[in-house]
Amino acid sequence: MDDWLSLQHLTSRRLFLKTTGVATLALTAPPALAETAAEAAVPPSEQVRLTINGQRYVVDLDPRTTLLDALREHLGLTGSKKGCDQGQCGACTIIVNGQRINSCLALAVMHDGDEITTIEGLAEEGALDPMQAAFVRHDGFQCGYCTPGQICSAVALLAEHDAGWPSYVTADVATAPALTDAEIAERMSGNICRCSAYPNIVAAIREVAEGGRQ
Amino acid sequence: MTPFRYERASEIAFACASAAQPTAKFIAGGTNLVDLMKLQIETPAHLVDISRLPLDRIEETAEGGLRIGALVTNSAAAAVDMRVRRRYPLLAQAILAGASTQLRNKATTGGNLLQRTRCAYFYDTTKPCNKRAPGSGCAALEGLNRMNAVLGVSDHCIAAHPSDMAVAMTALDAVVETVAPDGSARTIPIDQLYRPPGNTPHIETVLEPGELIVSVLLPPPAAGRQVYRKVRDRASFAFALVSVAAILDLHGDRVRAARVAFGGLSYKPWRSAEAEAALVGAPATRAAFDAAGTAALQNARGYGHNDFKIPLARRTLRATLSQAAGLA
Repeated sequence: MDDWLSLQHLTSRRLFLKTTGVATLALTAPPALAETAAEAAVPPSEQVRLTINGQRYVVDLDPRTTLLDALREHLGLTGSKKGCDQGQCGACTIIVNGQRINSCLALAVMHDGDEITTIEGLAEEGALDPMQAAFVRHDGFQCGYCTPGQICSAVALLAEHDAGWPSYVTADVATAPALTDAEIAERMSGNICRCSAYPNIVAAIREVAEGGRQ
Repeated sequence: MTPFRYERASEIAFACASAAQPTAKFIAGGTNLVDLMKLQIETPAHLVDISRLPLDRIEETAEGGLRIGALVTNSAAAAVDMRVRRRYPLLAQAILAGASTQLRNKATTGGNLLQRTRCAYFYDTTKPCNKRAPGSGCAALEGLNRMNAVLGVSDHCIAAHPSDMAVAMTALDAVVETVAPDGSARTIPIDQLYRPPGNTPHIETVLEPGELIVSVLLPPPAAGRQVYRKVRDRASFAFALVSVAAILDLHGDRVRAARVAFGGLSYKPWRSAEAEAALVGAPATRAAFDAAGTAALQNARGYGHNDFKIPLARRTLRATLSQAAGLA
């Protein structure tokens, strides 16, 4: 319960928690607040239902709220990071309906009903996801800020490769290429690491792709 | 981001009617629009979410081409669809040359066509920009215009269109299919979708208010080898300085037919009839490819920092055609 209560400090709005098997989170604006002059310009909130890491949430959001801000500021899921906030750095990468996207450029209201996996959802029952373990083993980070995005991106990359997706460096786009280091680098170009841990990131991904130590 | 009213469209007709209001905009993938809204370069009062309309399929046409729904994501077209990958490798290559996987998973076919320029002064709200604030002037003319256009632009705006996908579609003679708020449908050859900047650079396409791109029609692929080549400041995830989409059909060691379109050079993907005319009947040699480049760039004008694009475009064309001709 303490975790949920702490959410109230993240929002200025009331929070209800129903303990009915799934956690249902409803954030509604008290009517009195909505009528004040300060709130007059704010568009009506929209109810958004999201399934995040297997947990169902219902949250009322200003339609301007990005998926990233919904996760971080409204639902207390701060694993996804805000770097550039304009789709260039990849720190906010999450997996939506099986595909990696930049959550900073997605309006949460447009993702009503979607299934989301964030970095918080990769480890199962305390055991790291193989990609997380490989990043640790290969020292695939320094400051760690880009790491949640890197790992979510890398997990999705393997699924895309398994599905036979080509990339810009694939010689023949009609073929499913082997996952060479050049392919890994190209497919990870949407994730910037200012500490430049790239060689170790590539090594970690290569190891998991090859079914290495887990 | 300024406040807006959000509306989720469930039917094309309602979406068009809603978006016909002057302060309304369609939103699909949002990868460009949300960014511009955060910067308050775009300030729609009403956002019409079309992302759930049934426009996300790629279908065969009776003529042997493909019809790509406006909501087909860049990844769905270039990475998933084997018909695109096998028959239109030019298009797959061009799409895969743009952005990152995260963005391609979200960005749509229609939105890609309508993305705004990446001119630094369009993005810098402290500087004049006729496209962003009509009548304020063009800071790029005398400014840092390294990324700007050299063909077909005006002294009111030298912004370049940033798409890779549209360059390939232009070489493929794609046709944009739309529906208007009154329910009427029309087809627009992609080369006629974009309006030259002239003295109204804020009006970028021939689309009317509320007119929605519903699909892009690809005719059967022209005979010949298709190649897309992109030159940029880093190896991945950067906009083109220059790109070339080419289809080269050889008969023996001579060119039977050629299609050439450039990216990064103009307000639209720049199809070069001059280069194509120079190539037809010519020998497939580097000298002939150089001559085609000279023809293509004869009316180009640099603005200082972007002067280099003119020789770079000629060389990129030569390299692209050499690759298509197997000259290595």
